[in-house]
Amino acid sequence: MRLFHNADVLIALILVVAMVFIGLVNPAFWQMANLFSLLKANVVIGLMALGVLLVMISGGIDVSFPAFAVAGMYIVVRGMVELEYDGVVIPFLVATLIGALLGLVNAGIIHKFNMIPLIVTLGTASVVRGLVLGGIGTSNVNINQMPDALIAFGRTDVLTLERANGTTFGLTAMILVYIAAALVIHLLLTRTMIGRSVYAYGADAEAAKRVGFNTGRTMIFVYCTAGALAGFAGLLHSSMIWLANPRDFVGLELDVIAAVVLGGASIFGGRGSVLGTVMGVFILVMIQNSLILMGIDTTWQRVVVGGMLIVAVAITALRDRRALV
Amino acid sequence: MASPPLIELRGISKRFGGVRALDDVSMSLAPAEIHCLAGENGSGKSTLIKIISGVYQPDGGEILIDGEVVDKLDPAASIARGVQVIYQDLSLFPTLTVVENLFLNTYLRERRRGVDWGRGRKMAKEVLKRLDVSLDLDASVETLSAAGRQIVAIARAVLADARLIIMDEPTTALTGREVARMFRIVRDLQAQGIAILFVSHKMREMLEISERLTVFRNGRKVAEGPIAEFDERKITRAMTGRDLNTGRFVAPELSPGTTPRLELKRVGIGKDVRDISFEILPGEVVGLSGRIGAGRTTLAKAIFGLGQEVTGDILVDGKPYRPTSVTEAIEAGIAYVPEDRLSEGLFLSRSIQDNAISAALDGYAPHLWIDRKRARDETRAMFDDMQISAPGPDVPVSTLSGGNQQRVVIGRWLMTDARVLILNGPTVGVDVGSKEQIHSIIHGLTRDKGLAVIMISDDLPELAANCNRVLTMADGRLTGELTGDALTEDALETALSAETEGEPA
Repeated sequence: MRLFHNADVLIALILVVAMVFIGLVNPAFWQMANLFSLLKANVVIGLMALGVLLVMISGGIDVSFPAFAVAGMYIVVRGMVELEYDGVVIPFLVATLIGALLGLVNAGIIHKFNMIPLIVTLGTASVVRGLVLGGIGTSNVNINQMPDALIAFGRTDVLTLERANGTTFGLTAMILVYIAAALVIHLLLTRTMIGRSVYAYGADAEAAKRVGFNTGRTMIFVYCTAGALAGFAGLLHSSMIWLANPRDFVGLELDVIAAVVLGGASIFGGRGSVLGTVMGVFILVMIQNSLILMGIDTTWQRVVVGGMLIVAVAITALRDRRALV
Repeated sequence: MASPPLIELRGISKRFGGVRALDDVSMSLAPAEIHCLAGENGSGKSTLIKIISGVYQPDGGEILIDGEVVDKLDPAASIARGVQVIYQDLSLFPTLTVVENLFLNTYLRERRRGVDWGRGRKMAKEVLKRLDVSLDLDASVETLSAAGRQIVAIARAVLADARLIIMDEPTTALTGREVARMFRIVRDLQAQGIAILFVSHKMREMLEISERLTVFRNGRKVAEGPIAEFDERKITRAMTGRDLNTGRFVAPELSPGTTPRLELKRVGIGKDVRDISFEILPGEVVGLSGRIGAGRTTLAKAIFGLGQEVTGDILVDGKPYRPTSVTEAIEAGIAYVPEDRLSEGLFLSRSIQDNAISAALDGYAPHLWIDRKRARDETRAMFDDMQISAPGPDVPVSTLSGGNQQRVVIGRWLMTDARVLILNGPTVGVDVGSKEQIHSIIHGLTRDKGLAVIMISDDLPELAANCNRVLTMADGRLTGELTGDALTEDALETALSAETEGEPA
């Protein structure tokens, strides 16, 4: 019973079982090149999932982060092209800031008007996407226009291995960025009062107010961090694929929310951990990846992801012994 | 008294719009005193608590703490002076652990940014030791019993250096034994110099635990004094301004061989309830008593078709009845008033009429649409029968007091022509005056309509006064029956505590 209560242990178990099973069906899974590409695919979804985790612990749900990621990415890349600026640090800072400011709008509306996060973020997502397409542009920034510094940054490897035939493959250094972000969020959530206030707010918002938490600050922390992570992840995505598409990330909210729920966070709030989310993201990416390896049509992946979301929500709802509204 | 009172109120008044919530109220609380505040809903108790805790500012009068006049008492100032309020909902964080629920408050007060788990755990251990209770520190609060949660709330208040703990209806969700344990903790706190202000409806508890009693009615203090000067009758009179009927309920004499309204033969439900046999005649009110977990609610719900697998036979008016769904239960003439009327019994935002017709909707809508006129007329009749005090049947149920809400729940079932009425905690959270009216309405129904009633309650005086028989349950079995002159509060108490011997506290 104790073990069951510790969601992280259960998720780790599912992860191991899934890996063994996939490895048996398809031994190619265990090839280093595949594992490296798997880890690479974790980075962007994972960074976004950390933000969504915060929102879900606070009892909310966020569907605006893909739009914020697009805003951070596309505004910055187009800006760099216009200004012929070639650098890394300032662009990432600006993308993060754009995300954070948009998150502030979410927090403000949700807190001031006491509105349902789902509806608010649906609205801001649509507005932001519209503004980006209408105000900035609709055309892709392709590899030939992409700033060189971004491309160079995105293709940095932390580890390079050689295949039997002499070609090399590497593990992207972006994984370190992801791990660092996960560590920071983990420490914030477990070791600081602002982090604990997120759990308290998600467990019982009214009680959180009564014991003296500044819940407005909690909301700002949650949604700004989620927005900042999205903005950052957006630009990182484009520097990893050498392309900035203003219509990118459509439908990604489902994958990320599925990963976070898979990682044991409760859709009712008050529950969830960074370790669980990181594992949840890994499971999701791994299953998508093995569907590709098994040659299953990508359209069917949507079915699998949707099904996984529903199953994961049902299981966590049973655990939380609360009826779905 | 040598030391000044901990808190003294002088001539406090508070109005909300045109309503005088408190009118020239003076009272004082000595250090380490156990004081009880009694009064019906709307008598001004809650307003008074909110003034002491700084949530409301009084319109007139003075507040003195430790003999000094406090100009403006806001929540922070009140907490800083050692006032802690434990609200009825406890304001705990269900998904967080016991440890965290205990230390969060303190860390907030100390304006910390970081969380020192080691120190928090030490504090939690110390305070639980001080209260002489043991709890699993790493359990999440939602997994604790109501009593366990109450202890966490008390411990949290103690950790905040409370000198006065105000507890709003603390015993509502507790069983007799748990109440006894809480009282033990309260007395320990008193020995450590902490004053307790209880807000309660329950006479017996007031008489048992408090040293002084203050009674409010309509925003005024109507009685105050050492508890020795009061008895139940006197408290009731002070609270309601009239004498209440304390007579006993006697079931009508029936000719032998009358078919029982409800008959259970060796009924078992899942693994929880076994071998239950009893019968209830028309006009009887039969109490069902036992501690929480004895299977009372499981049995009641099963009869109403809300249970797991039911074995054995159930007969309603001599006809075999299989409780497989609520629809069938209603058709068979069985009605159930749940323990938690707010979450299980009522559509709060809807009108009295909508709630009233909801249990028999098919009857009011024979051809798809609702027969408005019939619905209105019958709701009106029920409204009058149940003596509901509200502007009319169109107001939302959420605006009614607890007693009136309960009347809507009970009245609704009468509109379904129920013959067996199962009441689970019929007067939890209901005022004394309203409580008595509900009882007399129930008795009237048994008399006039030959209704058979099963009354489940933790309130032993309620059972003793309103049932002609009481069945006791433990561990899913019937353990005894008290009837006639043998049915007294003390006998019930003895029967129940005999069952719970050896139960870990």
